Amino acid sequence: MSVLAAGMLLLLGIPIIALLLRTLSVSVEQPLMMFSQPVIAAAVLSLGTTAISVLFIILLGTPAAYVFARYEFPFKSILNLLIELPIVMPPVVAGLALLIAFGRRGLLGPPLAVLGIELPFSTAAVVIAQVFVASPFYIRAAQARFASMPRELEEAASIDGAGSWRILTDVFLPLSWPSLLIGLVLSWSRALGEFGATILFAGNLPGRTQTMPLLVYGALERDIHAAMWVAIVLIGLAVGALVITRLLARALSNSKDGDLLSTY
Amino acid sequence: MSTILRSKLLVCCLLILLVLAGCASLQEEATLTVFAASSLTDAFDELGAAFEEVHPGVQVVSNYGGSSQLATQILEGARADVFASANEAQMQRLMDANLLEGSPELFARNYLVIIVPASNPAEITSLEDLGKPGVRFLLAVPGVPVRDYADRVIGSLDQDPSTSTFHADQVYANLVSEEDNVRQVAAKVALGEADAGIVYSSDVTPDLAPNVKRIEISASRNMVASYPIGRLAGSAHLTIAQEYITFVLSEQGQAILAHWGFDPSSID
Repeated sequence: MSVLAAGMLLLLGIPIIALLLRTLSVSVEQPLMMFSQPVIAAAVLSLGTTAISVLFIILLGTPAAYVFARYEFPFKSILNLLIELPIVMPPVVAGLALLIAFGRRGLLGPPLAVLGIELPFSTAAVVIAQVFVASPFYIRAAQARFASMPRELEEAASIDGAGSWRILTDVFLPLSWPSLLIGLVLSWSRALGEFGATILFAGNLPGRTQTMPLLVYGALERDIHAAMWVAIVLIGLAVGALVITRLLARALSNSKDGDLLSTY
Repeated sequence: MSTILRSKLLVCCLLILLVLAGCASLQEEATLTVFAASSLTDAFDELGAAFEEVHPGVQVVSNYGGSSQLATQILEGARADVFASANEAQMQRLMDANLLEGSPELFARNYLVIIVPASNPAEITSLEDLGKPGVRFLLAVPGVPVRDYADRVIGSLDQDPSTSTFHADQVYANLVSEEDNVRQVAAKVALGEADAGIVYSSDVTPDLAPNVKRIEISASRNMVASYPIGRLAGSAHLTIAQEYITFVLSEQGQAILAHWGFDPSSID
C-alpha cells in the first residue's frame, strides 16, 4: 500500500521539483527577466482579468446558487448539471463553444455586431472564458452551503418582513462567507490558470489577450527560461490559493454551525 | 500488509512492466516518428501512408506543430526519427546542438498568400489593404517560420513608401492575435472570426478553399519558404529514416507534395 502511495506522490511531486531545480540551476542569474515587458504585461492582464471575472462570478453566481439551493422548478437537475459541466468539460471544447456562440459568425454574433460589440480576440473574451470555466467552483460551494442552512432562519426573517434578496444579503451571506470564500479562491485559481478556452476564443496578443499561461506556452519556443520563471510564479500563486482555502476550512470547522447561529 | 500480499503485488507490477516493455519493443521495430511543420500536415499524412504501403511492417507516426515548437521539443529530448522544418533556421538549431545525422536536404518550397473569409468582409484586395483601419488581422506567433517570412513581406511595404498607402506599422496595429501555428491562422480566418491572415499557399487546402478567398502577394514582395528534412542523431531507425527521406524526394513523394500545393525542391 505505502509503495503505491509513494508512487502517486512521486508522480505528482517530481515534475514540480524538476521545474524548480532546472529553473534555479539554469537561470538563477537572470530572474530579472521576470520584469521584462511582456511578462509584466501578461501579469497585469492576468490579475486584472481574473479580478473582473471574480466580480462577475460573485454577482451572477451567488443568486444562481441561492435559487438552486432554495427553489424548486422544472428541469432543475438538468440545469444544475449544465452549471457544473464546465468543471469536467475540456477547456478547448469550452473555447470552441464560446466561439460558436459569441464569435462574429456565431449564434449571437450578428445581434452583438448591431450593438458594435465584437468579442473574439478581445480582453472581454478573456474574461468570458474565465467566468465560463471557473464559476462552477464557486456556485457549487455556495449552493452546498446555502442548502445546509436551517429553514427556520428564513422563516424567521420572512416573518420579520424580509424578501429573498434581504434573506440572501442579510442572513445567508454573513453566515456563509468562509465557505463562499473557499469556493471563490478555487474559482480564481482556475481562472488564473485558464488556457485552452482563452487561446481559442480570445487568441494570443501580448497586452490584450496574452495571459500568464499563454505566455508560458508561447515563450517556450523562444525563451524557455522566461517561461520557467513565469511557470514558477503561477505555481506559487496556486500554492497560495491552496493555503488560503486550508486556513479558511480550518477556521470553518473550528466555528461550528451552532456557534455561527448563536452569533446571529 | 502481509508478505504474501506484498509478493503478489510485486508479481503484478512485474507483469505490467513486462507487458509494457513488450509493447515498446514491438513498436520500436516498426514505428518511424516524423516531426513535421504544421503546414505539411496533409502532405505528410499522405506521404506517410504511401511510404507504409511500400514498406510493409513500418508504421509512420507524424507529429505536427510550429517548427520552432518541434525544434524545442527535440532539443528538450523528444524522441523523433525525422524532422521536417518550414525553414532552415529551426533546422540549424538542431545542427548547432549536434542532434542531426548527416546534413539536411531541401525537399519542398512554398510561398505566402493572404487569405480572407469567402465573403471578404473587410474588402481586402492587396497586401497594403491589411493596413486599413479596423481590419482584424492574424499572424502566427514570432519564431514560427511563417511569421518570419510574413514579417519580411509586411516590411517590404516600407521599402517603397511612395507607392504604398499603408505602412508596416499600420498593418501591425491591426494584428488581433498571434496564433500558435499557421494552421490556426487559416482556421480562424475560415471561421470568419478574423478579416485576414498570412499563410502558406499550401495551407489553402481543398477542405479550406470553399471558406476562404486567396489574395496573391506580388512576386517581387513574396518570400519563398524552403523546407529542409533531416534525420535525428538519436534515432534507432536511421536506415528507415533515410528511406523515408529518399521517398519524400522521389518522384512519387514530390507528386504528393505538389498535390498539396508545394513547389518542387529544385535545389540550385
